[in-house]
Amino acid sequence: MADNQLAPYLPILMQLLIAAGIGTGMIVLSAILGQRKYSRMKMQAYECGMTPTGDAQHRFSVKFYLVAMLFILFDVEAIFLIPWAVVYRDLLKIPGAGLFGFWEMMVYIGIVLVGFFYVWKKGVLDWNTPELSEGPNE
Amino acid sequence: MMTNELQYLSILPELILTIFGMLIMVLDPLMADRASRKPMGWLAFVGTLAALGATFYQGTHPVAGTAFFGMVRTDAFSIFFHVVVIVIAALAILSSLDYLETQGIRSGEYYGLILLGTVGMGLLSSAMELVMLFIALEISSISTYILAGYRRRVAASAESSIKYFLLGSFATAFFLYGVALIYGATGSTNITAISQALHNNHISSLTYLALVLMFVGMGFKVAVTPFHVWTPDVYEGAPAPVVALMSTGPKAAAFALMLRVLFGSFGELSQWWLPLIWISAALSMTIGNVGALLQNNVKRMLAYSSIAHAGYLLVAFAAGQDMGIAAAIFYTATYAAMNVGAFAVVSHFASRGERYVSIDDYAGLGRRSPVLAITLTIFMLSLIGIPLTGGFFAKFYVFSAALKSNLVWLTIIGLVNSAIAAYYYLRLIVVMYMKEGDDSVTLVPVPVATAAALLIAAGLTIYLGVMPGGVLGYALLGAQDLMR
Amino acid sequence: MDQNLHLWLIPLLPLLGALINGALGRRFSRQAVATVALASTAAAFGMALMVAASFSGLAHVPYVESHGPWIQITGFTVNFTFLLDQLSLVMLLVVTGVGFLIHIYSVGYMADDDGYYRFFAYLNLFMFFMLMLVLANNYLLMFVGWEGVGLASYLLIGFYFLKDSASQAGKKAFIVNRIGDFAFLLGMFMMTKYFGTLDYTSIFSQVLSNPAQFPVETGGAGLLTLIAFCLMIGATGKSAQIPLYVWLPDAMEGPTPVSALIHAATMVTAGIYMVARSNVIFNHAPMALTTVAVIGALTAIFAASIGIVQTDIKRVLAYSTISQLGYMFMACGVAAYSAAIFHLMTHAFFKALLFLSAGSVIHALGGEQDMRHMGGLRKYIPWTFGVMAVGTIAIAGIPPFAGFFSKDEILWKAFSSSSNGWIFWAIGLVTALMTSFYMFRLLFMTFFGERREAANAHDAHASAHGGHSDHGHGTPHESPWVMLTPLVLLAILSTVGGWVGIPHSMGGNNHFEKFLEPVFVHEGGQETEIEGTATWTNKLPPTKETTGEPAEAAHANTSTELLLTGISVAAGLIGLALAWFLYVSRPELPARIAHNLGNLYTTVLNKYYVDEIYQEAVVDPIVEGSTDILWRGVDVGIVDGAVNGAGTSAQAAFGTLRKMQSGNIRSYAGWVALGAALVVGYMVWMGIQ
Repeated sequence: MADNQLAPYLPILMQLLIAAGIGTGMIVLSAILGQRKYSRMKMQAYECGMTPTGDAQHRFSVKFYLVAMLFILFDVEAIFLIPWAVVYRDLLKIPGAGLFGFWEMMVYIGIVLVGFFYVWKKGVLDWNTPELSEGPNE
Repeated sequence: MMTNELQYLSILPELILTIFGMLIMVLDPLMADRASRKPMGWLAFVGTLAALGATFYQGTHPVAGTAFFGMVRTDAFSIFFHVVVIVIAALAILSSLDYLETQGIRSGEYYGLILLGTVGMGLLSSAMELVMLFIALEISSISTYILAGYRRRVAASAESSIKYFLLGSFATAFFLYGVALIYGATGSTNITAISQALHNNHISSLTYLALVLMFVGMGFKVAVTPFHVWTPDVYEGAPAPVVALMSTGPKAAAFALMLRVLFGSFGELSQWWLPLIWISAALSMTIGNVGALLQNNVKRMLAYSSIAHAGYLLVAFAAGQDMGIAAAIFYTATYAAMNVGAFAVVSHFASRGERYVSIDDYAGLGRRSPVLAITLTIFMLSLIGIPLTGGFFAKFYVFSAALKSNLVWLTIIGLVNSAIAAYYYLRLIVVMYMKEGDDSVTLVPVPVATAAALLIAAGLTIYLGVMPGGVLGYALLGAQDLMR
Repeated sequence: MDQNLHLWLIPLLPLLGALINGALGRRFSRQAVATVALASTAAAFGMALMVAASFSGLAHVPYVESHGPWIQITGFTVNFTFLLDQLSLVMLLVVTGVGFLIHIYSVGYMADDDGYYRFFAYLNLFMFFMLMLVLANNYLLMFVGWEGVGLASYLLIGFYFLKDSASQAGKKAFIVNRIGDFAFLLGMFMMTKYFGTLDYTSIFSQVLSNPAQFPVETGGAGLLTLIAFCLMIGATGKSAQIPLYVWLPDAMEGPTPVSALIHAATMVTAGIYMVARSNVIFNHAPMALTTVAVIGALTAIFAASIGIVQTDIKRVLAYSTISQLGYMFMACGVAAYSAAIFHLMTHAFFKALLFLSAGSVIHALGGEQDMRHMGGLRKYIPWTFGVMAVGTIAIAGIPPFAGFFSKDEILWKAFSSSSNGWIFWAIGLVTALMTSFYMFRLLFMTFFGERREAANAHDAHASAHGGHSDHGHGTPHESPWVMLTPLVLLAILSTVGGWVGIPHSMGGNNHFEKFLEPVFVHEGGQETEIEGTATWTNKLPPTKETTGEPAEAAHANTSTELLLTGISVAAGLIGLALAWFLYVSRPELPARIAHNLGNLYTTVLNKYYVDEIYQEAVVDPIVEGSTDILWRGVDVGIVDGAVNGAGTSAQAAFGTLRKMQSGNIRSYAGWVALGAALVVGYMVWMGIQ
């Protein structure tokens, strides 16, 4: 790689190095220079609040994840509306296009709604369906 | 610029598949929980037929050309691969209908996912934009990830799905990175624009890195050495009809992508990437065949065999020229026919819970179910490459193209490999015909849908072996379209 | 095209028979199955006879019958075309004729077998492929037949699939043949590349018409030598020559009619046919031709020496077949193609006869194959004895039986081929002596002396042979007429079959060689060129008198030829006398000789340990090597670890296995990353360059 193709990326590399240097530097320095005073209270898991009970690796219901994922999915899909809305007036001005831009977005929303319908009918949004945890398809 | 209506014609098969896929997603939740999902399967089958019709329409009417601002191109190449992947999907659906019943899986989405995955596979052969290609790749991959885990109660299936998903994402990341870099190097993500940029301008070192990264991603998808390691595990765990689909459909599509990228965009650098293909082909053939020698599980054996076949296909890549590309295209079609067929037999035979997947379970099949045994024999003979089956001609073209391009050693390695390969395919035939059967292996009569799938696959395998002229001629047209 | 011979019907008829019997045979009665199989073969034979009858009236020989293109791509076309010339006509008649007789015989031989319809379906299928092979007009179509006969023979060898040895033998035959096929394919690819076609006629005319581009490669190996070598390796596989002969003795596991048809009369001669067919290429590649001759000579003597000590009646015949095929190979190697085909034909007659007679013996004894348990059968089965004696005399080369003429022709051609031809002649002579000895040994051990019945052997063999168990003990009985008729016909052919090729030195006219001349002798300056430059190829055959006047050289050679003939006949008679002495007069001697020879005897008895050597040197390294590397290194962890570990099985193993499993995905990702690193490394390396 004889040419200087990568030269423009040099600042990024430097920034990376500096960031990494500062981060590790701070930890290393505090480890070396810092004072350590241990006390009973300090050695507890939390200095304030409840004493922890049980295992921290608690199993969450799969529904939490499902809802979280669905949220992200619909969120991202909805975001696609924004650029469309921004250029909508320009779309109308394209000769011969007519309401083409409008219908395109309606199709898109239709597809999203099909997904929504599917999720709904499958009972994912219903928090209390017992079969979901078991799986409907056995 | 075409009128809007004509533009839609160029993605007509995809549109039809999408509509049917969504229809299934809507209808499935409305069905009673305990109802059989077979109607959904038939609906999906009708969808593939309609899409096939649409593809033929494309082939016979003047819709050829680019559409959507050069995003997709309809030509002989794309039409050929559309037919291949849609037929694969149709056969996979047919062999799934009774399989799902046997396994007690009641799910219509299964069929929806096959259809939507086929959309991605189809687009992989017609898209002309790297970004579009990436999306198509993801569509086809993600549906396959899910399908691989469909035997939810079986740990092996879940494992298969997870492995495929994690490693697949890892590999597509490579591909995406390559796309980004090539955009940086040439300022475009359009296949033809990249090719022109490479032709006219100075080729920067970023280009090479981009090519290499994309090669990693594509190599993973087609499962060639050294990116093949996932194949045996994933194929072993996934439901058999899904393996029928994913060992052929996404693979064929990924080969289309590879042809598109390597010859369409990076044709300029062919001398540079040729050794890569050469080494990868030789390794894949050898590792695939030697690995398959030792397997006792039919699915696993066929997995290794599919690695070997990907290697043969790469030989055609290395041969290059019209003839090599045509040979590669023809090989994908043939391989699809015989492998889908073989897995259709495996799916039926496996029985509830896929109990019977060991080679020894096939003992005595020759007498207990002559029809099943004969069809499986046809597929095995074709995989070996015996004349009058498609497998023979596919290999014949590949190797004669290779020799034409002076790839003497690669040809010899390939031929030695296909001699070794005879051993393990033959083993299955020997077991079927020449071993006493064990009556504890229950055998269900072949249902109509499976029988149809077997008949079509066997018919195609023989057809490609006896009358390869027409298909090969179209493959050659596709090759010329690709190089244009 | 002057006349339509409908050649396509000839292979199609047996295929039809195979399809009918294969699909419906299970519901047919035995008579119906036999009728379908016989009718289709008889029809093919009838067609062949008609073709032969109209052959002399053909305006164009070779006659080409085209059925449209098969594959068409730019610059390369293969047609569905059949070719009929003198060579394929001879093959056609041999295949259909002998095939038909063996079909008749099988009706009796297989009468009690469970797989009756299956057997005939396979047999007809074999006929189909063999006829394709013979009638093809191009190498690709020939290859279809070539692989097809291999497949059919694999099915037929493994016919008694309940016997493990039978299915193993079938597999061995198939895989050894794959090695030969691989070379054949390579040769075809080269022809595709350099000639742009696979048609015989156009390849040969390209070679013949461009002496500048395709010279006779005397100086060193060129393209044609390379192609010839590939074809030769292919032929060694199918025709069971060194080093690929190992499958043929094992192939005797199949039913005896199969051994007669496939492993003696027809399929194994396909290699000879192919070499003879490609004579133009071989004539241009003297080095390959010499190799063919050497391989042939070595195989001939090597297999004959093994044949001397075998005790299984079919195995003796198997090694004899290999040895005789070696003769034909040698004949091809000295460019005496017509002599090779002549011997191919007579060999088809007498070897089919010998195998079928052996089958009749086995049948009579209820499945016994060990000659040590035979003896004195002359009284019980006189017909079988009579025909078998004819066959033995014919193969021993005693005039005026068929084998005498063809064998003598080969020996003479070998002798006169070049100044060093006497070496081949000498090897051939020793082989002839051995052949005569072991064949008469077989005859005497089986039919003369006292009956030596083994106590338990019957049961073991009878059960192995399924249907024959009901014959049981008791006196051996003569076979039914349906089996004897073909034997008698073949015996007649073995007697008179050689008279078509009586050489000039004996006052004959060698019609056979003249008939084949158009295929093997090419016009133009070709002969002189071969003669002038090549040392190994034939000086023009002494009987080549197209002008009608015998050449001067031929006269001078006549006395030599007669002398050599006398020597070879003497060799045959010595073999006969020796066998008589050892196995009839002094039957106690052989054991003592064997004892005195010690190690040598054991070595030969064990077939020079070639099977063991192959196992050690080729099979084991591949299997074990791959086992070590792949199975132990990579795969066990994956199969057993991952799948079981993820399952709900043994809790105890779970800890370690889970570790494997959790490691797996990472290790896979590692593989992918390693691969990526490798290609990036490749990029850097290429970039630096």
